[in-house]
Amino acid sequence: MKWTKKHLLSIEELTREEIDFIIDNAFSFKDILLRPIKKVPALRGKTVVNLFFEPSTRTLISFSLAEKHLSADSVNVSTKTSSVMKGESLLDTAKNIESMKTDMVVIRHSSPGAAKFLSERINSNVVNAGDGTHEHPTQALLDFMTIKEIYKDLKNLKVLILGDILHSRVARSLIWGFLKYDTKVTLCAPPTLMPLYLNDFDVKIEYDIDKAIQDKDVVYILRMQLERQEKGLFPSLREYVKEFSMTYERYLRIKDKSIIMHPGPINRGVELDGNVADSEKSVILDQVTNGVAVRMAILYLLNGGKNE
Amino acid sequence: MKKRSLILNEKDISKIIDSMVSSIVEDEKELKNLAFIGIIKRGDIIAKRVAERIFKLKNIEIPIGKIDINLYRDDLSLIDYQPLVRSTEVLFDINDKVVYLFDDVFFTGRTIRSALVEILDIGRPKMIKLFVLVDRKSRELPIRPDFSGIELEIPKRDNINVFLKEIDGKDVVEKEEN
Repeated sequence: MKWTKKHLLSIEELTREEIDFIIDNAFSFKDILLRPIKKVPALRGKTVVNLFFEPSTRTLISFSLAEKHLSADSVNVSTKTSSVMKGESLLDTAKNIESMKTDMVVIRHSSPGAAKFLSERINSNVVNAGDGTHEHPTQALLDFMTIKEIYKDLKNLKVLILGDILHSRVARSLIWGFLKYDTKVTLCAPPTLMPLYLNDFDVKIEYDIDKAIQDKDVVYILRMQLERQEKGLFPSLREYVKEFSMTYERYLRIKDKSIIMHPGPINRGVELDGNVADSEKSVILDQVTNGVAVRMAILYLLNGGKNE
Repeated sequence: MKKRSLILNEKDISKIIDSMVSSIVEDEKELKNLAFIGIIKRGDIIAKRVAERIFKLKNIEIPIGKIDINLYRDDLSLIDYQPLVRSTEVLFDINDKVVYLFDDVFFTGRTIRSALVEILDIGRPKMIKLFVLVDRKSRELPIRPDFSGIELEIPKRDNINVFLKEIDGKDVVEKEEN
């Protein structure tokens, strides 16, 4: 197929063929990570700005490495060190950066739609690295790649997404993608952390974790976003752990061939036990490796063509 | 309509593979120090065929790898759509080996330039030799094959189409006039 998109803004706007194409490319890029010289000249002479208005370790390092492996030149801008602190607007920041003749902007921002907003106003390719509670498309893509690595196909797999769905942009990207693949999705969270609009999607909602974990091929645990729990959405962390955490005891009851996934960073002892994260069914660190490969594939594809 | 004419048939191709084999066997006393790398997607097939015949002849198994040069192209920022990157698979140590690089058609030399850079990113061979089925004799870089099955001087606008059984179901090389 021919890749025609100029930006990567969401999973919602991608077709299944496009997702497959990214992942097929990503598998080839993963091989490069295993070479002694992890560098190819594909983006030589291109400049990428990583504009991070929200804290990030994994995603920022992952994008930076992907850019370096492709020989692009990259600059990282984070909120705390930028003029955003002086009151500059997102658009002004981006326009100024672009005036320095950049080719691509990777943006993480707390406002949903921030990446789309930028993509409509600047000429660079824009990659959404997480926009508020909207989407985190590269995370979902690396997750699909990780699942494909194990199960080959996503169709008819039984997947459980567990935890703080309300605040999770990862969950939203995953749901959009899984539905394109006809994956059977079950969601499990306390009712207060389960957004109402999900009733409109073809997903199963289950409030009892012990029922939810049965027969699942993939158990995807979301991070409890402790920093966003101001409104008292659940009584106490202890109660959350009791009712919704993937404890080791529950881990022992999941299917033999099941895998445990998590987008990171993990809160050990909150949404999952430490020894579940370290267990043999956990593919959490494979997800991180695949993240670099997927991001290389995306940067490579977006760079294609004669960008006007 | 485009005019097509046959350049090589199955027999011709087989003969060329045979002469590649004899040239390698003659030249290389140290057959055990060889490695083959084919450029995807037909160079790797040629490499495999040559290696199979050497195995029959000398009972020596030469390691075969394949490379995809797309990430090393010098025109990546000029083409309209990024090509799918296929896996480069060189699963053996090429350091100090004599590497034979195979491709179907030698044209401008730009593909080979890309391949050479990629090989040098993977390791440091003792020597690299280039074997091709067809040499179109229209070099744009100071690179030339060490072995070519047939040399053709044809206008740049014309195509040389190579079909190999493993992926195309037949062994044919044809010229397509545009």
